[in-house]
Amino acid sequence: MSFAWAKPYEPTSPFMKWVDERLPVPRLVYGAIGGGYPVPRNLNYFWNFGVLAGLALMIQIITGIVLAMHYYSYAGGAFDSVERIMRDVPAGWVLRYVHQNGASFFFAIIYIHIFRGLFYGSYKAPREMVWMLGVTIYLLMMATAFMGYVLPWGQMSYWGAQVITGFFSAIPVVGEPLRIFLLGGYAPDQAALTRFFSLHYLLPFIIAAVTILKIWALHIPGSSNPTGVDVKDEKDTLPFHPFYTAKDGFGIGVALLIFSIFIFFLPYSLGHPDNYIEANPLVTPAHIVPEWYFWPFYAILRSFTVDFILPAKLWGVLAMFSAVLVLFFLTWLDRSPVRSSSYRPVYKIFFWVLVADIIVLGYVGQAHITPLNVALGQVASAYYFLHFLIILPLVSKFERPLPLPNSISESVLHGEKQESAPFGLATTGSTTAAPAAAE
Amino acid sequence: MVRIIGFFIGLGFVGVLLLSLIVNGVDSIKNPPPATAEEEFHLGAKDVRFASDGAFGRFDREQVQRGFQIYKEVCSACHSLKYVSFYQLKDLGYNEAEVKAIANQWAIEVPTVNPETGEPSTRKALISDRFPSPYANETAARAANNNALPPDLSLITESREGGAHYVYSLLTGYRNQQGYRNAKGQELLKEFPDVKTPAGLHFNPYFANLNIAMPPPLTSDGQVTFADGTKSTVDQMAKDVSAFLVWTAEPTLENRHRAGWVTMLFLLTATVLAYLAYRNLWANAKREVSVRGPLEPAFRERMNEQKAERGIAG
Repeated sequence: MSFAWAKPYEPTSPFMKWVDERLPVPRLVYGAIGGGYPVPRNLNYFWNFGVLAGLALMIQIITGIVLAMHYYSYAGGAFDSVERIMRDVPAGWVLRYVHQNGASFFFAIIYIHIFRGLFYGSYKAPREMVWMLGVTIYLLMMATAFMGYVLPWGQMSYWGAQVITGFFSAIPVVGEPLRIFLLGGYAPDQAALTRFFSLHYLLPFIIAAVTILKIWALHIPGSSNPTGVDVKDEKDTLPFHPFYTAKDGFGIGVALLIFSIFIFFLPYSLGHPDNYIEANPLVTPAHIVPEWYFWPFYAILRSFTVDFILPAKLWGVLAMFSAVLVLFFLTWLDRSPVRSSSYRPVYKIFFWVLVADIIVLGYVGQAHITPLNVALGQVASAYYFLHFLIILPLVSKFERPLPLPNSISESVLHGEKQESAPFGLATTGSTTAAPAAAE
Repeated sequence: MVRIIGFFIGLGFVGVLLLSLIVNGVDSIKNPPPATAEEEFHLGAKDVRFASDGAFGRFDREQVQRGFQIYKEVCSACHSLKYVSFYQLKDLGYNEAEVKAIANQWAIEVPTVNPETGEPSTRKALISDRFPSPYANETAARAANNNALPPDLSLITESREGGAHYVYSLLTGYRNQQGYRNAKGQELLKEFPDVKTPAGLHFNPYFANLNIAMPPPLTSDGQVTFADGTKSTVDQMAKDVSAFLVWTAEPTLENRHRAGWVTMLFLLTATVLAYLAYRNLWANAKREVSVRGPLEPAFRERMNEQKAERGIAG
């Protein structure tokens, strides 16, 4: 698909040949995740997270479909139906814990995947579309996760819905009518719960569709790699199957082990106790906090406290959305032709400062409001925008990158050219010998 | 263009944030937020150990049974347990006959409809029933409790920070407010004279706002006579009922731990095998040596062709 030496699909059995001639799905699969997709041979473990994200999406969709068979989207019974799933539905508790903690698992993977992209410049040409489709998936995930969190109809569900839909009322003039239209009422209630359930069921399939587009877009230039150097010839690559399927098998094992610790031994550690109290519009929780994956954005939202031209709330909402939307423009903000931060000494420092900054924002997002925390949040939010909108363009203009390796195989094999044979050539006389060797 | 627009948007956000920082900073220096009694005197849950804690946790069935007895004799007068059914008591080691007797002799009857007149009525509980609520509705509950609503206890250990540790601390945490000092030695009523517990509330530093509507439920040693002969001190009773409430919040806890270990063992084996398969494949890919000269496959192919042309066998 992506490179001239990608092997075309050759059916080995008459049956597959018959199918392939009529409906070339085997050919598609072979070219997408089989032996027909050459991948740079120097990928590190951070490249496991794309497959892991796909796994997390599948886990969420499968457990979600079964949970939906037992859940009622009825404001008077949603909370009870979740408890029924936990207590009376056979193995219901496993499904529910997997789905509930699965959201965190999915976001944890996605965050590592995004930071991988930021560090190795995966958003740069020719992979801009891949990156932007990824940011689209991230936005869809945020909407899905928020609506899913409302469904158990606990205290945090209810008040979270109240706060998030309240963002729309920050929009001048049309804000309040828009909020009422979206909620189907003045406050979250039956109408809101039913539409959230409907959308929570729909959006994951849209995510799956965008994921297919993303993989398609990825397969045009092929995967990036830790050196950021383009693939030059066949010896820079290995076929996806069996090499990366084997590596992903190991990665999936490790990820599921970590996930299982949370499901079986710490199922409440990522949630909030208030969500085990049924929603009560008359009692506001002492401390409304979103789930951990929204903490940094919540901190940005709360950091705007003065009405300067626009009301503070509108500033907060604009900044919070901008904090995500800025990711769409990264390709144009960072003009450095060097992709990998390994060869960008200045950007690398700012990258790690950004990681620390987002961790600080996360801390502030869940902390009690004290003058110190508010100040910390304001400084960290300011740095967030400073990084993407001011530092990044300047660094990419003035930085002097380190010399890049000539090729991927050279960087992997430290110049020992005699070792960098293309796959399949080594076993002498093998039938899969590459034609390149004849030159 | 993107960079220029971005630069100004960035300046805008940073500017407003710095303005917010200055305004808040000046404000908090001029009017520092006053210390509150809750901040200074609220206590976190006590450190206490339950058999169900940890990855190997199991219920101590005798303890949970004692806890059930306390719920039955003390808590159930005001608190419902609406997500738990009588038949589930079998999990605690009661046999069918015992559970039937418990349901049949439960002090509160289950609301029903008189089959002859259609009038609302009550009947004795069956084992398939959930534990009946002591009050007909929220209004009745509040009317009987000085306008406070006794919460349902089914999920109490999940819905409070600290879980069972919090419940235990709360039950044993009632203090006399007069002369109460915190760990720093500050005296509550001297520091905050206006937080005196109002009539009808009870001082308890483990409760979020220090004053709880529930009167101390476990007041004296020997309040409940345990069937198994355990000495019923207030501390023991508080521990036992907390252990029972862990069970009511998650009756499947033991299954969860057991299934967890089986899953971990399976995944660990699968992961080790996957790792070995991965290393095995890649070991070859990394060590492969390019073949040059007479052993080059293309060369050998050409040589074989030439041999065939010349009619040389082999």
